[in-house]
Amino acid sequence: MTQWSGYFGLILQGALVTIELALMGSVLALIMAFLAGMGRLSRFFVLRALATAYIEFFRGTSIFVQLFFAYFVLPLVGLELTPLQAGVLALGLNVGAYAAEVVRGAVQSIGREQHEACIALNLGRWHGLRHVILPQAFLVMLPTFGNNAIELLKATSVVSLISLADLTFQAQVVRAQTGNTMVPFATILVIYFILALLISWGVRSLERRMARGLDGVRV
Amino acid sequence: MSATAPIIKVDAISKSFGAFKVLDGLSMQVMPREKLALIGPSGSGKTTILRILMTLERIDGGHIQIEGEQLYHMERNGQLLPADERHLAKMRQKIGMVFQLFNLFPHKSVIDNVTLAPMLTKGTPRAAAQKRAMELLDMVGMADKAKAMPAQLSGGQKQRVAIARALALQPKIMLFDEVTSALDPELVEEVLNVLWRLCAETDMTMLLVTHEMGFAHDFADRVLFFDRGRIVEEGKPDEIFRNPKQERTQGFLKKIIAAGHRV
Repeated sequence: MTQWSGYFGLILQGALVTIELALMGSVLALIMAFLAGMGRLSRFFVLRALATAYIEFFRGTSIFVQLFFAYFVLPLVGLELTPLQAGVLALGLNVGAYAAEVVRGAVQSIGREQHEACIALNLGRWHGLRHVILPQAFLVMLPTFGNNAIELLKATSVVSLISLADLTFQAQVVRAQTGNTMVPFATILVIYFILALLISWGVRSLERRMARGLDGVRV
Repeated sequence: MSATAPIIKVDAISKSFGAFKVLDGLSMQVMPREKLALIGPSGSGKTTILRILMTLERIDGGHIQIEGEQLYHMERNGQLLPADERHLAKMRQKIGMVFQLFNLFPHKSVIDNVTLAPMLTKGTPRAAAQKRAMELLDMVGMADKAKAMPAQLSGGQKQRVAIARALALQPKIMLFDEVTSALDPELVEEVLNVLWRLCAETDMTMLLVTHEMGFAHDFADRVLFFDRGRIVEEGKPDEIFRNPKQERTQGFLKKIIAAGHRV
């Protein structure tokens, strides 16, 4: 199997690119999710309209087209992006649109009595949100955020189409050079799966930590 | 303000939920340090008036003054304008409320529940807020549970923490909305005992919506009987409970006694 070792090196490099892309995309998605999710709950019509437009547009169009738009069309209006930047932008905006609805739903799921306690304690909108509503809502968001993160991880494979050397791209390189399809694609299948498992595990342990004490059993 | 000026003055307020008129031209006055019991059948508007005083519901008409200052209106150049959020925040400093279902923050420990508002709204330093919180928790008999989470507490314990939390902001007026109604019968007394202590040790004005007629009788300086959004009868506890004049009051008390409540 020695002749494969160089090719595995290639695939591992691809894995690093995929991880980098997934992490940066997730950060952008998280930011967009909170901006748009809270925007949908705003008292101000303009903010609600902006948030709704963003969510509907990025949920309603294909990630593939969004990526091509970012990479091939934006340069035509003078905005030149590297493949990594275009990938992070498309993934973050796309998944952020889905996650925004998660944020909105979770915030709305917190009972009216918690809001009323905030008013009775004179906390004010921002303090109430920051210290009472969002910490409880975040726990509700977490499981679905885990789903979103895994979706984002899997969607990173589309960046191979704009020549970013991620896992999928490297697998294709290996396939072209060796003529073997089974080994490279089986390998990246396993790697994607392991990465997804890591996300699941990470989100679950975060959830456990944050839920500590809430059920009166674990402290 | 003279010593005899009312601390709460409610003037002809009305409130509807859809087509249902909950309060219909209600007026009442409460004197400083007075202990008031609000009784009456459910849907009579007694909880609504507390919620309005806490600014949890808006009024459709009328005026409310707290310490001579408009609650829902601001005076600007001699005109009364609807209050903005800043005015409401200022007025809320005078008022605290304890809820039927406690409304503790489940993600915060007992002591953090009590210190949160003073630290955020008054800028009290953490150490000072915690010291004060421990004094209050001690007063309600919950000092040994300061580090516990709300989910570990019984209903009576939760309610005592909720009282300490409301007290931490040092309101002049405290509103108690059926604070024992959600409790198992054996837990009612520990909460009522705390109310007795507040009565003895503070000079807060207290408004109490309750179905505990025995407690209302012993505790209150004055009892208001609500029915269909109006105060039908009011007076000293002995007058209301022993010798009600209005037919509706008599009917209500008869039903309550039949249900096994001590009066």
